[in-house]
Amino acid sequence: MNTALSWIKAYVPDLDVTAQEYTDAMTLSGTKVEGYERLDKNLEKIVVGQILSITPHPDADKLIVCQVDIGTKQIQIVTGASNVKEGDKVPVVLDGGKVAGGHDGGPLPENGIKIKKGKLRGIESDGMMCSIEELGSSRDMYPDAPEMGIYIMKEDAPVGADAVEILGLHDVVFEYEVTSNRVDCYSVLGIAREAAATFGKKFVPPVLEVKGNGEDVHDYASVEVVDAKLCPRYCGRVVKNIKIGPSPEWMQRRLAASGIRPINNLVDITNYVMEEYGQPMHAFDLDTVAGHKIIVKRAKDGDEFQTLDGQVRKLDKDILMINDAEKEIGIAGIMGGENSKITDQVKTVLFESACFDGTNNRLSARRLGLRTDASGKYEKGLDPNNAEAAINRACQLIEELGCGEVVSGMIDVRGELPEPKRIPFCPEKINRFLGTDISREEMVSYFGPLEIEMDEAAGEVIAPTFRQDLLCEADIAEEVARFYGYDKIPTTLPTGEATTGKLSFKLRVEAAVREVAEFCGYSQGMSYSFESPRVFDKLLLPKDSGLRSTVKILNPLGEDYSIMRTISLNGMLTSLSTNYNRRNKDVKLYELGNIYLPKALPLTELPDERMQLTLGFYGEGDFFTLKGVIEEIFDKLGMDKKISYDPEAGKPFLHPGRQAEISYRGTVMGYLGEVHPEVLDNYDIGGRAYVAVLDMPQMVEFASFDRKYTGVARFPAVTRDISMVMDKKIMVGEVESVIERKGGKLLESYHLFDLYEGSQIAEGYKSVAYSITFRAKDRTLEDKDVNDIMERVLGELKAMGIELRG
Amino acid sequence: MKEKLEQIRQAALERIVASDALETLNEIRVAYLGKKGELTSVLKSMKEVSVEERPKVGQMVNETRAVIEAKLEETKARLAKKAREEKLKKEVIDVTLPAKKNHVGHKHPNMIALEEVERIFVGMGYEVVEGPEVEYDYYNFEALNIPKGHPARDEQDTFYVDDRILLRSQTSPVQVRTMEKSRPPIRIIAPGRVFRSDEVDATHSPSFHQIEGLVIDRHITFADLKGTLEVFAKELFGEDTRVKFRPHHFPFTEPSAEVDVSCFKCHGKGCRFCKGSGWIEILGCGMVHPNVLRMCNINPEEYSGFAFGVGLERIALLKYEIDDMRLLYENDIRFLKQF
Repeated sequence: MNTALSWIKAYVPDLDVTAQEYTDAMTLSGTKVEGYERLDKNLEKIVVGQILSITPHPDADKLIVCQVDIGTKQIQIVTGASNVKEGDKVPVVLDGGKVAGGHDGGPLPENGIKIKKGKLRGIESDGMMCSIEELGSSRDMYPDAPEMGIYIMKEDAPVGADAVEILGLHDVVFEYEVTSNRVDCYSVLGIAREAAATFGKKFVPPVLEVKGNGEDVHDYASVEVVDAKLCPRYCGRVVKNIKIGPSPEWMQRRLAASGIRPINNLVDITNYVMEEYGQPMHAFDLDTVAGHKIIVKRAKDGDEFQTLDGQVRKLDKDILMINDAEKEIGIAGIMGGENSKITDQVKTVLFESACFDGTNNRLSARRLGLRTDASGKYEKGLDPNNAEAAINRACQLIEELGCGEVVSGMIDVRGELPEPKRIPFCPEKINRFLGTDISREEMVSYFGPLEIEMDEAAGEVIAPTFRQDLLCEADIAEEVARFYGYDKIPTTLPTGEATTGKLSFKLRVEAAVREVAEFCGYSQGMSYSFESPRVFDKLLLPKDSGLRSTVKILNPLGEDYSIMRTISLNGMLTSLSTNYNRRNKDVKLYELGNIYLPKALPLTELPDERMQLTLGFYGEGDFFTLKGVIEEIFDKLGMDKKISYDPEAGKPFLHPGRQAEISYRGTVMGYLGEVHPEVLDNYDIGGRAYVAVLDMPQMVEFASFDRKYTGVARFPAVTRDISMVMDKKIMVGEVESVIERKGGKLLESYHLFDLYEGSQIAEGYKSVAYSITFRAKDRTLEDKDVNDIMERVLGELKAMGIELRG
Repeated sequence: MKEKLEQIRQAALERIVASDALETLNEIRVAYLGKKGELTSVLKSMKEVSVEERPKVGQMVNETRAVIEAKLEETKARLAKKAREEKLKKEVIDVTLPAKKNHVGHKHPNMIALEEVERIFVGMGYEVVEGPEVEYDYYNFEALNIPKGHPARDEQDTFYVDDRILLRSQTSPVQVRTMEKSRPPIRIIAPGRVFRSDEVDATHSPSFHQIEGLVIDRHITFADLKGTLEVFAKELFGEDTRVKFRPHHFPFTEPSAEVDVSCFKCHGKGCRFCKGSGWIEILGCGMVHPNVLRMCNINPEEYSGFAFGVGLERIALLKYEIDDMRLLYENDIRFLKQF
């Protein structure tokens, strides 16, 4: 919300602060100032001048030469403006002065425009006469300004005086960020009250006084509220003999500074009161209200209604409507109807100042897609007690501005009005809560300016009804804290029983995994949890794949973000694709992120969130470098049993001959493989790419950081090499399991040291060589210890059809 | 005999001194001291010497042998040293040739920031806990003093799955889950992913991370909250950081505050980075609302506490001067390598 400082000062006359002081102090007391704009920014050396004579420019048809009295002397100004005449008083910027903008009203340059005297087509010009745009303002704020041309000032403007002052531009407009609990501060009076309390100045709100014409409003109109829950109060007053005309300058400028375009006295008054009191007002042309009767009730499903902006709106039974005796004439608290719109011919007006249910209003506005200035106020939930003050203020302004004749009396349909809330007040408790030592007297002194009353006898404070945020002692503690000053509250650290700072085991496992992945050259990526349902097709998952059962978002940002992922690969492949298409070489990425597996659909409970480690790369490396990373991770997590790799992983998104399911102690932990070329095409990745996924909850199950020292071998080992030729289809893993099974206790390790396929070997066969190491803990092994074992190993291998060589 | 020995000694020493290779030295050793060497042959001719003279001549032979051996050793050492020096000279490498790196991967900037924050709070006795990302409305809103129809629900533009289940819009539900299952004293931080329906741009993402903090114990004060967050800010942004608490509103804390830190780029003078104000907003916090405590069966008359919520991306963006939030989710390796 934006408000000119001059408007605040109207209610806090003693306020005398700089814009920065105001900003800082208001922000610290809880009314956050987002920023401010000086209306006189870049306006320098601008005075009231009077045009004494106008002569044509000798060398230019479109220019004129003016002799201008600026009080101290007479100067000559050449101008192209055509709207000035002799005797006019105009704002004149003198040599060396500044204006805020150009005459076209475009964006204002940061440092304004410097004005120097010079010659225009050979004729001396000592300054410039200004348009309202050059003064940094607009015709919204000064409707009397001409569309194009010099601003003509009032006849009584003293020649030589500060023109910026006379135009009321020595003002600052502050922008506030009001928090949703402070409904009262969505009004100039609310902010002025806070300002008065903040600076310790007197708060002088308007004194409401409506004379009235002695007639009774009830003879003119009546109001019936059918749904009292949605309309706790409806106040109505009637004004007759309306004289439509412009509102006074001060009102126009205050509205314009708040971002509201002045229209005419009647509209301006309703807008003015809405800003001043935070209470939206509506004016009906009483002659268009059938039966002169207002009925407040819900719409019917399927009703259509044309709002005063000309749009036809679809209604439903939860939208509250204002009706007359025959028809709907307005959407309550949102927008009036085309059928009761005020025109310049209006004679009699019915003012509405009502209180509508905030939540209903907010939801209705959202369903209608129609958020207005009024609904922006109503949706916060207004104080019904404020409605009466606001309507009286409007009537007072009608009388003061001579805009019409106010009929005496007010229609007031209401249920129970909220009572001021009583809250226990215990200064010791507040001090204990805040960690302060503020005296009772000081606390109480903060309350007066906030209109919070003290009941000494009861030990209670009484919060005014406009402070809907004050409900309990903690709320009172906040009032004390913000006026004592958050900055003055001491800084201490919690005392009391010590607690252990730690990471959960799961988080420690994740940290270890990150460490290994990074050490192996993988950088950490992050991708979104939601993605497109088309992902499953891109990954070639069959139509009946269980992964297609997803948690769906009701209100996604779009289809591309509409399901919670059940597989982590899309994020990884998308990131690899981004890198590939930016020509980045050798990219290795990993991600630790959740997948979301519904336990049942529709959801009966929260889905299973499973953290997945996803590794992916393209460029240098192959299946086995990635397999190496997997094994380093198992190793780091103390998972030292054999990891098995099953080529029948059944992953459609992986190369059918280059994929493996990873198992550990009989449990599937994840998979790895080369990405299927069709999937690579779908992601626009060239070459080959590899991915691996580990299911972290399973890893956490088996991981351990316990380590036991088992001694360093002291006796020498015996090593035997075996060389074999075998069918290509036999996997070396089968050879290894023979070695393991038959190797017995003395087997220490084995490793593949040669693998060959090619011209030296028969088609369909491969040559494989292993080095096997045996060692005893307690003695030096002799050949005969190992011979028996080797015989058993070789025998078993032979039985598999493997040919042994030298 | 004496002359002969002297001759041998002279000749041997001359040859030794003149030699410039270890192989030559070996030849010399063989020529003089070997089985068929000159000195050996002198010994063999001892029988020609008189018995009385024998010990004397023997001694002289031994002396000569010793002198030659010593010279041989000395020269051998010298030559070996020379040879090593020459070898080293030949082995000079261009140390400015490129390094052979392991190419260690890089942490995501979010992670670096998170680890920083975790380090600070774990050091102060906080446990790091987690909660579900797909969450019940109850934990995300209702138990946090945000009943159905509360305007704060609109402010957060929440993604819903159904009328009970949503994507958590904040990490605050972990507060409630923690209080429900553990008794004070509680000191936790809860980092995690949160979701809000914001279109992607340089400063918004529909998915981002928060770190929630919660302390519940007897006699926890607003001053404790200030002190704790001041320690945090100084640890994270530097010892000379100043911290400003401004009143604010959150439904689940009362009193509430927003916290600004002095701009670490201009140190409060005002710059483009802090939009001229000298201050940068980093988090929201407050004293846990008594209604929230009550909902978790903690008696607000006995216990009090504070809570805070920090945007992880905000910290990362600020600390590492990243100007576009979208970079965090693109995973361009050229970006990641800078961390």
